[in-house]
Amino acid sequence: MRSALTMLGIIIGVSSVITMIAIGNGASESIKGQISSIGGNIIMVVPGSVTSGGMRMGTGSQSTLTKDDAIAIEKECPSVQVSVGVLNGAVQAVAGNQNWSTILYGTTEGYFVAREWNIEVGRLMNEQDEKGAMKVAIVGKTVVENLFMGADPTGQIIRIKKIPFTVIGVLEQKGQSPIGQDQDDAIYIPLATAQKKIFGTRFPGMVRSIVTKARDMDVLSIAEQEINDLLRQRHRISAKQDADFSVRNLTQLMQAAEQSLQTMTILLGAIASISLLVGGIGIMNIMLVSVTERTREIGIRLAVGAKASNIRIQFIIEALILSLIGGAIGVILGIVIAKSISFFAGWATVLTITSVAIAFSFAGLVGIFFGFFPAYKASMLNPIEALRRE
Amino acid sequence: MLIEAQAISKVYQVGDNVVHALNSVNLSIVKGEFVSIMGHSGSGKSTFMNMLGCLDVPTAGTYLLDGVDVGKLNNNELAEIRNLKIGFVFQGFNLLPKISAQENVELPMLYNNTSAIERKAKALRALKMLGLEDRAHHNPAQLSGGQQQRVAIARALVNNAPLILADEPTGNLDSKTSVEIMELLVKLNQEENITVVLVTHEPDIAKFGKRTIKFVDGSIVSDSIK
Repeated sequence: MRSALTMLGIIIGVSSVITMIAIGNGASESIKGQISSIGGNIIMVVPGSVTSGGMRMGTGSQSTLTKDDAIAIEKECPSVQVSVGVLNGAVQAVAGNQNWSTILYGTTEGYFVAREWNIEVGRLMNEQDEKGAMKVAIVGKTVVENLFMGADPTGQIIRIKKIPFTVIGVLEQKGQSPIGQDQDDAIYIPLATAQKKIFGTRFPGMVRSIVTKARDMDVLSIAEQEINDLLRQRHRISAKQDADFSVRNLTQLMQAAEQSLQTMTILLGAIASISLLVGGIGIMNIMLVSVTERTREIGIRLAVGAKASNIRIQFIIEALILSLIGGAIGVILGIVIAKSISFFAGWATVLTITSVAIAFSFAGLVGIFFGFFPAYKASMLNPIEALRRE
Repeated sequence: MLIEAQAISKVYQVGDNVVHALNSVNLSIVKGEFVSIMGHSGSGKSTFMNMLGCLDVPTAGTYLLDGVDVGKLNNNELAEIRNLKIGFVFQGFNLLPKISAQENVELPMLYNNTSAIERKAKALRALKMLGLEDRAHHNPAQLSGGQQQRVAIARALVNNAPLILADEPTGNLDSKTSVEIMELLVKLNQEENITVVLVTHEPDIAKFGKRTIKFVDGSIVSDSIK
């Protein structure tokens, strides 16, 4: 009973360390998931912050990005793997007797490379579709659900602004974007088709944004700089002027968020380990009581030839066993708590062997550390006095 | 000569008072003797016993046990001597309550690197010698006083120590059992040639020894051989 109460400190300590780390890891894991749902190493170029600058350059419009900008980025920026223009807008799509408001994206094949997004049924758009401004469409899962009741839509017709599009493919499910937007609620058509037949353009080749992908994480900043330089040059903007576009590095933002979360996780773990420390003090307390109560036993052991070191080791091992049993129960409890938090609160929790091992071995260390003083006290007892004690 | 005490003194400081527990005691005991030490409480006989048992060291004088000057040893070396040369038998048996008789007998061997198998074999042999082989797995609480004391004697014997120090071994036993335990000690003394030093204040018990030493106020006042 008393041992159980003693272990309680360690149990609570270990289980809270494990739970906290699991929650923290879960949060950073879900951010990582969001990064990969956008597609790793994505840099977005969106048009102009120039309106408040007073001076308008080039075409004199806010939308200054073109398909040629996108192509030039891909060609001339060595750190960029893919670059595509995107022209999008809300549309009402009709199929048979169903209709559905969704977002229409005009883009090219490279977009799906950048977003690391695969086709599930059918095929992606290709160069012929782009060149001929073909009336073909690729749809997301949500659109399939709402327009086709989940049936295979390939070969079916979707009418957008009364123009019939043939569905050529269905995209894999992607889920929510970091800002909570349903990424599967979208229709993709060739960029040329969108420009010429759906949205129209104020000037030839206009796109609303450019999506690019850096070759890898290490060149993200370099790619960002290259894009900046190239577009300034193409748009004839000197270094002193405000650019008519802005480059957004989503991945880096996410990584910063992830890093701060990791710091948070460590902090949470550290706070939880304070309770482990308190548990250790509990162990020291109970071991001191135990040494007092077992003075006679210690006396007997010393009389029959135990050395001080034997007694010390015995009591350290007892403290260690107490804390390790507590640690083991704490590990189990921590896992159960983490799992039930995921289950009931819906938070993502990630248990790693490392965190469990750290918590467990920390419990062991606490046992040795706080067991040492009582053990030392026991080993220093005078055998004669110890034997006389009742 | 197994025990040779030369001018042993023990002085305690209790507050402002200096207590002379032992005053320059000289005593020699040869191997195979059975010595009873008598005296009232406070006569210094227990202090002397602690010296003989290497639980304490004298403040002055030399104590040679089996030729070794105990006063020059450190705590670990004293522990080793206690382990290998001395078997203690106490008034209150001093068995560990939560472990079996066999494990109690094994206790001294835990501290001299005896293998588990050998420990068990030796413990069972010692228990058999004292007629307790069927009690090996009982806890002390399940044994009578006489049986507990026999377990304690088995523990004292198990390392083949040449010396048994018995401090009032019959103090907690009825007279019939006391006689049994004393006869057992006599038998061990005669058959195994184990030196026995017995501390008691009962003349009836002391008479089992061949030699009787009386302590008064920290000094030996008589030393008679029967």
